[in-house]
Amino acid sequence: MLLIECPYCGERPELEFSHGGQAHIARAQNPSEVSADEWTNFLYMRDNVKGVHAERWRHTHGCGRFFNALRDTMTDHFVGTYKVGEQPPVAAGAQADRKVQS
Amino acid sequence: MSADSHQEALGRVDRAHPIRFTFDGRALSGFQGDTLASALLRNGVHLVGRSFKYHRPRGILAAGSEEPNALVTVRRDDARYTPNLRATQVEIYDGLEAHSQNRWPSLAVDFGGINNLLAPFIPAGFYYKTFMWPRGAWNALYEPRIRAAAGLGKSPALADPDRYTNRFAHCDVLVIGAGPSGLAAALAAAGAGARVILCDEQAQLGGSLLAEPAGSHASLLEGVAADDWQARAVATLSRNPRVTLLPRTTAFGYFPHNLVGLNQRLTDHQELPDPESPRERQWQVRAREVLLATGAIERPLVFPGNDRPGIMLAGAARTYVNRYGAVPGSRAVVVTACDEAYRAALDLQRAGVYIALIADIRDRPQGALVQAARAAGLPVQTGTTVVGTTGRLRVTSVDLARTDSHGEVSAEARQTIPCDLLLMSGGYTPTVHLYSQSRSKLSWDDKTQAFIPGEPAERVRAAGACRGVFALQAVLADGAAAGAAAAADAKRFKGVKPIRTAVTGADQAPCASDPPLGTFSGALPQPGGATGSMAFVDWQNDVTTKDLALATREGFSSVEHLKRYTTTGMATDQGKTSNLNALGFVARELDKAIPQVGFTTFRPPYTPVTFASFAGFSRGSLFDPIRCTPTHDWAARNGAVFEDVGLWKRARYFPRRGEDIHASVARECLAARKSCGLFDASTLGKIEVVGRDAVMFMNRMYVNAWASLAVGRCRYGVLLRDDGFVFDDGVVARTAEDRFHVTTTTGGAARVLGLMEDYLQTEWSDLSVWLTSTTEQWAVIAVQGPNSRRVLETLVEGVDLSAQALPHMGVARGRICGVPMMLFRVSFTGELGFEVNVPADFGLAVWEAVYAAGQNYDITPYGTEAMHVLRAEKGYIIVGQETDGTVTPDDVGLGWALGKTKPDFVGKRSLQRPAMSVPDRKQLVGLQTSDPHVVLDEGAQIMQEPNQRAPVRPLGHVTSSYHSALLGRSIALALVSGGRARQGQTLYVPTTGGGDVAVKVTSPVFYDPEGARLNG
Repeated sequence: MLLIECPYCGERPELEFSHGGQAHIARAQNPSEVSADEWTNFLYMRDNVKGVHAERWRHTHGCGRFFNALRDTMTDHFVGTYKVGEQPPVAAGAQADRKVQS
Repeated sequence: MSADSHQEALGRVDRAHPIRFTFDGRALSGFQGDTLASALLRNGVHLVGRSFKYHRPRGILAAGSEEPNALVTVRRDDARYTPNLRATQVEIYDGLEAHSQNRWPSLAVDFGGINNLLAPFIPAGFYYKTFMWPRGAWNALYEPRIRAAAGLGKSPALADPDRYTNRFAHCDVLVIGAGPSGLAAALAAAGAGARVILCDEQAQLGGSLLAEPAGSHASLLEGVAADDWQARAVATLSRNPRVTLLPRTTAFGYFPHNLVGLNQRLTDHQELPDPESPRERQWQVRAREVLLATGAIERPLVFPGNDRPGIMLAGAARTYVNRYGAVPGSRAVVVTACDEAYRAALDLQRAGVYIALIADIRDRPQGALVQAARAAGLPVQTGTTVVGTTGRLRVTSVDLARTDSHGEVSAEARQTIPCDLLLMSGGYTPTVHLYSQSRSKLSWDDKTQAFIPGEPAERVRAAGACRGVFALQAVLADGAAAGAAAAADAKRFKGVKPIRTAVTGADQAPCASDPPLGTFSGALPQPGGATGSMAFVDWQNDVTTKDLALATREGFSSVEHLKRYTTTGMATDQGKTSNLNALGFVARELDKAIPQVGFTTFRPPYTPVTFASFAGFSRGSLFDPIRCTPTHDWAARNGAVFEDVGLWKRARYFPRRGEDIHASVARECLAARKSCGLFDASTLGKIEVVGRDAVMFMNRMYVNAWASLAVGRCRYGVLLRDDGFVFDDGVVARTAEDRFHVTTTTGGAARVLGLMEDYLQTEWSDLSVWLTSTTEQWAVIAVQGPNSRRVLETLVEGVDLSAQALPHMGVARGRICGVPMMLFRVSFTGELGFEVNVPADFGLAVWEAVYAAGQNYDITPYGTEAMHVLRAEKGYIIVGQETDGTVTPDDVGLGWALGKTKPDFVGKRSLQRPAMSVPDRKQLVGLQTSDPHVVLDEGAQIMQEPNQRAPVRPLGHVTSSYHSALLGRSIALALVSGGRARQGQTLYVPTTGGGDVAVKVTSPVFYDPEGARLNG
């Protein structure tokens, strides 16, 4: 059972959270103007990363907030967690130029 | 001294407390402190089981949890009945009843032994190539027979009656294994002030120290005898309040972020367990630092006939003699590639066993133990291999051959040496299972010829034999250093992230002064380089060298394939005594080095764990929480039959005077249509959406145009996912300019709130809106039927219930029975109806008041079954019944609900896809069977033509199906391809009873299509 650091509540066990899928998938401001391919990507295409992966968690049995996390899918260790809208923490060896659209 | 009196003086068992037990019905005796294995051996019982596939007679191979053969069933009663226990771990108590397994009619005479004669036809993987003809024979003949023959023990037929509890713990250092390195580590860590948990799978702490002869000065630790040192260490640790000692506790699994699962056995060793005590306790320990002191497991040798009773590991024999005072034979041959076996030979000789020969695989063993054995007069012969053994229910002799300098069997004559005990040792395999489970790397160590802990992936370290340190003094130092380092790291570093220290840091340097012990893996050389017959690699799954050779011949070279094809290492012992020998053999076959062949993944549990200990208290009525509505007890008192809707208990129907479900539902439906029905709708989800941007938020979430909904009005809302499919529905009321009361389906409440929060928090965080679940805060009492207004009039205050003042889909606030009330005029039945919302604590009282007020109108409580029929008669859908996540609003006739001018809402973009409006999409229709008494099966497929043979593509399926008492016939709702254009067509529905039923496609609204009855 993972130990996850909620940015609001601190370290809590995995049981208190729901996984929220890949992070930083922004929904278009005006979906009607988006092409079919772009919309398909938005709905269905996700990365399958062997390594550090940006994902969302929700602290459903706690504060109820969504937050983001960088987790290494091979070791299950978290590089760090960060609030919605914040920049991700940089880990040694991670893509330092990873920028996030808010 | 004579052999017998020697034996009497030996061992740590308590000879003042004799114990009586039975094995296969035979009464035997042992002593307090015996395991079943040691007691059996002391009684001269060597035959303890029959092997899995060949049903060969088997004896005890080892002394610990690595035992592959001696699997027994221990029975207290018909419910407390545990198969597949290792006799080496069963602590005997007075009255213990143990049985051998996998034999019929008896161990000595087992009909399954015929498999041994069939051996050439049933090598590894034979079942992939057989049992194919004739086809029909599989179900009738092969499978039942294989099932009956498969497995080892029989599982109990009754539920586990014992209690199992669960405990969470945090500590600074978790030390796994209480042998010399574990004790030293725990002492060091505790001495540095750390909170320590020390666990060991055995009843006594001490590990390999317990096999040292009592008071022996041969193994002096810090100036004291081994058993003295062990006793002092345990005493010191027990006195320390920051140390938790857990004997009889197996660390069975290593989980991410330093969570280790421990299984603590509390009562299995007791004659009369305290009924208040749990049988086992499962610990989930989150440790800052984990320290593995798990030791090493002795490796057997692989040669033809190496599995007869009386053939065991040298170290195990030494343990039986020194620790239990149970001498396992009188005339022994020792065959070894490792110096430690000489220690065993010396101890056995001292106990009165005649050592006929020590056969060493190696050419020139030089170690101190070899010299000591020679000095004691034991005959030693080097450069020797084993080519066979004899004996049926007990080994009677061993055949040896000499090897030349190339390691090949020489042409010299064989030696046959009579013996009743054959000890073997191929060296020691470090126990790295938990280290590997932590996803830390293992690395190949040439010195020990084994895999030892490498780069850690968690905050874990290893000490002692499990990392290849064997000499006792070095082990103590290693443990102490590791314990101190672990305590220091625990203090310095917070959190669970592993610190990238190099493995060869100060406390992990390999011990240069450790003398090599000697090691061998793979099969012993045989004449002419042959593979030899019945040379067992994996005892528990009956895997021989022939099987592994067959697998490599057939082209399997990956270790993962070899494992699964031959099943080596796949039994309940997970290959503890077989993995490295299998690798060594395969490496030679493939002409590779062992590290190139690799190893398979270690998985929890380390040893089998009682299933119920994972369940803990989550059994029976505590398996899931139950949610009850405010009227639950009233319903129960009034005869309701309940159904589960998620975690809720909902009244399904209210049978009277011997009614069955059909009669009850018919009566309930007619009562609601004719006069007045009473229904508890409290389980439906309720979400309060409030804030300056509430309307904008609702407009973006639900399909409807909410700005046009006036305060005091409600509307049927539809919620999609962004892929355009129906996700949930419910009546939404606007109770103020900035406030909406959103209702959801019972099962969808949490999902809908989750979806709303997702968008609000992560997409539209600029909106000023708050969402609150109020599902449990409101009781919802539905009063439906032409007399519903009359019933409520007498109770309601402050609300004008007339049709003009409160039109259909209106909302009003007032009081009922003096209690605050939100009153909706809504109907899920199609009749004039109201839903009374009161704070949940008043729900029961208001319900009872309404029920009393309705007596003059024959008010009838109805359940979810009647509710389903009533809404189906009106063609109202239920999300999850008419929809399945692939249905658009238009498919189910809800296209009217979509807001036409809204620029966006969740799902709108997807609805614009051409595929979402093609005419042959499945659409909601009604079905009427040509025979009105036939009720279709829900889920039944709908066909164009009758009586077609498979495969055929159906047009759709039946989503809801009931008998309608009102209409006097069956009705059904269905999704049919291009359904709306098929009105009046005849289609066909296959039934489970055989034969197709003809149905006519109709409108889904079977009753009052104009909706006149809504106006009452």
